[in-house]
Amino acid sequence: MTALPTKKLEAWRYTDLRPLSSIEFSAPPPAGVPALPELALPRLVFLNGVLAAELSSPLAFAQTFTAVAEESAQPLARINAEQAHDGATLHIPAGVDVGTVLLISHASGAEPFAFHLRHRITLGAGAKLTLIEIAKGGGVYWHNPVTDIVLEHGAALTHIRLQDESREAFNLATIRAHMAEAASYEHFTATIGAKLSRTEIHATLAGFGALAHLNAAQLLKDTQHGDFTSVVAHKAPSCASRQTVKSVLADTARGVFQGRIEVDRVAQKTDGFQLSQALLLSPGAEMDIKPELQIFADDVKCSHGATIGALDEDQVFYLRSRGIPEAQARSMLIRAFLEAALEPVTQPDAKTLLEAAINNWWVKQ
Amino acid sequence: MLEIKNLHARIGDKEILRGVNLTVPDGEIHAIMGPNGAGKSTLSYVLSGREGYEVTEGEVIYNGQNLLDLEPEDRAAAGIFLAFQYPVELPGVGNANFLRTALNAIRRKRGEEELDAVAFLKLARAAVRSLHMKEDFLKRNVNVGFSGGEKKRNEMLQMALLQPGLAILDETDSGLDIDALKIVADGVNALRAPKFSALIITHYQRLLDHIVPDVVHVLANGRIVRSGPKELALELEERGYAGLEAA
Repeated sequence: MTALPTKKLEAWRYTDLRPLSSIEFSAPPPAGVPALPELALPRLVFLNGVLAAELSSPLAFAQTFTAVAEESAQPLARINAEQAHDGATLHIPAGVDVGTVLLISHASGAEPFAFHLRHRITLGAGAKLTLIEIAKGGGVYWHNPVTDIVLEHGAALTHIRLQDESREAFNLATIRAHMAEAASYEHFTATIGAKLSRTEIHATLAGFGALAHLNAAQLLKDTQHGDFTSVVAHKAPSCASRQTVKSVLADTARGVFQGRIEVDRVAQKTDGFQLSQALLLSPGAEMDIKPELQIFADDVKCSHGATIGALDEDQVFYLRSRGIPEAQARSMLIRAFLEAALEPVTQPDAKTLLEAAINNWWVKQ
Repeated sequence: MLEIKNLHARIGDKEILRGVNLTVPDGEIHAIMGPNGAGKSTLSYVLSGREGYEVTEGEVIYNGQNLLDLEPEDRAAAGIFLAFQYPVELPGVGNANFLRTALNAIRRKRGEEELDAVAFLKLARAAVRSLHMKEDFLKRNVNVGFSGGEKKRNEMLQMALLQPGLAILDETDSGLDIDALKIVADGVNALRAPKFSALIITHYQRLLDHIVPDVVHVLANGRIVRSGPKELALELEERGYAGLEAA
């Protein structure tokens, strides 16, 4: 197996995989049938890394999984390619709007195990898809999915992910999206689960006027570690990329946001923006933010901003002076921050799903 | 009735209030005027329980309760309302949700029944109309993107709904045009009742044309240096505060 990346690599400076490398992972055990989300949507369900046909909907545009060679040097994607034996393969024909599809991964087992799903999603010219991905489970496991996305001319993918894995699990997701002219990729990841997780997105804006929105919310507590890393490559003129990453960190949780925007020489009129806001709820919480702009064109608009802080005591006092007890005042302000984090999500099912997940997180807080 | 007795307070090492004595009987409106830095805002914050002010001496009794022993939320339930000089913005918190949460928190503490959403909205809409505000006020986030005048109106809306026994207006008139000033004055005048009293903290006399005080006090150097009938405000407007500090 290809070696895991270490902190010596700049891209892995803030996320240490030693807790993962010290565990002996076996092959996934057979899975029982878990309780699954009750959303009335066509779905593909993977249990312990294997497609569960009896729980999945027949989808005309879903194809049989075939293995693929990994061309990149990304260690996690290489490991995935070496191990992957299943995943969703969706080809949406040109001009077709297939609505919303659920992609569920559920994992559970008594002994530590690993699984490496490889999803491939291709949208033909002008095609449309909303993909809601949910990852859940129980026990110790390592979920190492790779999702390759190709959006042809004018295609639009809305990709909403809820990472709500077992608190003992590891989730290291690699997502690579390639956008042709006027294509748009709308991404949102909510990171709530896993002991250690990373979502790494590589978005390539390869055609004139393509658009990428890479938004995320991270809600972490106890000793959880969550990393949201993105590399947006502007390789054509007049493309836009937008990112807002909001993190709420309690106890001794640690959040990471690394965001790189690369603007090629030909990518004039690029409009790139990223914002990271973190709310630290305890003195032991930590947030690491690393924005990087690499700009080789001369007519571009690129900016980034970051804030890290505790609750604003003036706001707390304002609420208390109106009779609202202190604990309730603080909770109102945290909820307000979280709700603002969900603003980019407009698909009603996804919104309901994420609001429920946030509510559940908050109640247990 | 509010009784402030020999109140001393400081921020860090700096003594701001140096023995304030003041009594506001029920049903009366008192104005506190004074030069910048006299301690006017400090007094309002000490009364409402903001952190960062250390009371070193004295007491504040409101309707028989020692206010200084109470948390800010309990002071609000006891009937104290501070209209802020600079109302705070709360992004992500809807005004209606904020107002209802506050009203119900206070009603709960007073042993009254909480209002459901329907009953609350009826009450809130009536209050919004009487303050000549647009109804979308309730849907917006608290004070976010509000003009100066809208923020002050929102303070008056909160006051109208929470029905305090003692309202403290901390330079609520600063930065207001004449129309907004009248709305603030109407807000206070509408609450006038035998059990309602108010402390109007202001730098200028003009608000007192619209809210006629029973007594005017001058705060200078952390003490009340002069008290008198409403005409005192006019005198101050004419002569300024010079010379009062020695009095």
